[in-house]
Amino acid sequence: MRTITFPSPRDHLMSDSKLLLSRRQMGGLFTGLAASSLLPGAALAQSKYLDIRRGTNFQPIPIAVTNFAGEQGPALSGIITNNFARSVFLQPLEPRSFPEQVSNPDAPPRADAWRMINAQFVLTGRVGRAPDGRMQTQFRLWDVSTGQQVSGQQYVTDPNNARRVAHIVSDAVFSRITGEKGFFDSRVVFIDESGPKERRSKRLSIMDQDGANVRYLSGGDELVVTPRFSPSSQDVAYMAFGKGDPRVFILNIETGQREVVGNFPGMTFSPRFSPDGQKVIMSLSQGSSSNLFTMDLRSRATTRLTDTAAIDTSPSFAPDGSQVVFESDRGGTQQIYVMGAGGGGAKRISYSEGARYSTPVWSPKGDFIAFTRQKGGSFGIGVMKPDGSGERIITEGYHNEGPTWAPNGLYVMFFRDPGGSGGPKIFMADVFGRGEFPVPTQSYGSDPAWGPLLS
Amino acid sequence: MTFMISARTLKIVAALSIGLAMGACSKNPNEDGSGSGFGSGLGAGAATPGSQQDFVVNVGDRIFFESDSTELTSTAQATLDKQARWLQQYGQYSITVEGHADERGTREYNFALGARRAEAAKSYLAARGIPASRLRTISYGKERPVAVCNDISCWSQNRRAVTVLGGANS
Repeated sequence: MRTITFPSPRDHLMSDSKLLLSRRQMGGLFTGLAASSLLPGAALAQSKYLDIRRGTNFQPIPIAVTNFAGEQGPALSGIITNNFARSVFLQPLEPRSFPEQVSNPDAPPRADAWRMINAQFVLTGRVGRAPDGRMQTQFRLWDVSTGQQVSGQQYVTDPNNARRVAHIVSDAVFSRITGEKGFFDSRVVFIDESGPKERRSKRLSIMDQDGANVRYLSGGDELVVTPRFSPSSQDVAYMAFGKGDPRVFILNIETGQREVVGNFPGMTFSPRFSPDGQKVIMSLSQGSSSNLFTMDLRSRATTRLTDTAAIDTSPSFAPDGSQVVFESDRGGTQQIYVMGAGGGGAKRISYSEGARYSTPVWSPKGDFIAFTRQKGGSFGIGVMKPDGSGERIITEGYHNEGPTWAPNGLYVMFFRDPGGSGGPKIFMADVFGRGEFPVPTQSYGSDPAWGPLLS
Repeated sequence: MTFMISARTLKIVAALSIGLAMGACSKNPNEDGSGSGFGSGLGAGAATPGSQQDFVVNVGDRIFFESDSTELTSTAQATLDKQARWLQQYGQYSITVEGHADERGTREYNFALGARRAEAAKSYLAARGIPASRLRTISYGKERPVAVCNDISCWSQNRRAVTVLGGANS
């Protein structure tokens, strides 16, 4: 029998600061999360088990997610299993194939039996009540090849946060096995669409990355498009058709407070936050041209970044804030350009023959730029390196558009509209194009924008 | 408010367009009741000269563009010439030129493309003597198609600039 290591006072302090961060980030929704390690003894070397970039012989890691003990356990395990099933890198095994029912989640599983179904990891856990009545969740991750526990945590939180705990456990396991950051404890803003296409009603909406916990942030009377998450606050920037010219607005999703971004003489659109959350970059339409501007949210100072007769739009900052990628038709057709964050010296990076490129988005890891590519009537979603090399199309067809990055830079969401009288749905795919999954939304959905990791 | 007027106008115009597309062009579109959505001075009946219906039916409120183009075709120029004459005769209307794109483009680009189309029509009208103070533009990008299908017959109707009359004396 293993002993649970209780957190030292210093760990408590660290937990508390994490708790404060979580509370701030969730605006009171998340009423506290205390995490403590369940790893026995000294932490094992954090070597990863999977090279996610391994090429043709890539095999996802088979993992058995057992039902966590306790009344709420199976529901939690279900959320975790669903997460892993969309992770591409982990492959949750069919519970009917499990060789044993785990009755004691603290005891090592029978490694020989789990090896028979080719499980590489077994996840066990329990959900119960802490002495103060809060929800207490523990998990242990077991390496079947050695029979050893390789990861374990305990989380104490408000019972209303059960889904978030499941996502946090998923992230911890995902990170331990892949050596990459997690992405499950995150949210997505998107546009909920309903009604006939000629009079489509659009609502600003937010959901968890798995489609759960949908909240509508606008009523549908006003046309709203292209919401983008702030990386550092509860603000969402988007374009809305209010009174007068359509404009970029910022909405605080906790307070409901909304304001126009800047006092520009014309339509502003295609907003995106800078990586530090202090600026919004966007297009301003004047006459027949559209150029790029930034507005500093504190000083309200606006800066013009491009000055052309062309259409410059869809700007996106590099994660270090030093460069901006955008699309422009200055050369005749829509192509992708990179320039310094202060403007000037734009350099074209997209070159595939007969193709038009649009909606570039810089990966939060900095390694790729995702885009929409139009070629021969088809709309593909792809990625390329910031110098334009290494282009890879993740999905192709009619009509994919508008990629957004998961906070760990390993996945994109985008929307696909088959055309005609139907409407768009949101999909998620890994950056290597190995797997693609629908993100369930009640109605039609478009313009997804992935927010930062919450925890 | 501006948007609501446009939406209603679009609805009526959509009904008219569908009628035209089906080759069932009614001699008097007002009789089909499509005008009932208007709140002010547009009841059923013949298109009164100088009325919004007169403009839509007898002048033509919209021009169409080639794919990804903002060039005014000769047909478009002819329509805008008629619009300019009518608008000079009836000087009480403010004018909003709406620019639209078909769905075969990305959302952001289509807002800019719609703006360019609206601007092209606006500039043409201004050059034909309509004071700039009466003219404003708005782009709906690909957000408000009038024809919904998956082929060129619809796309070509959606690539348009629509001249929408604002309230009289406004």
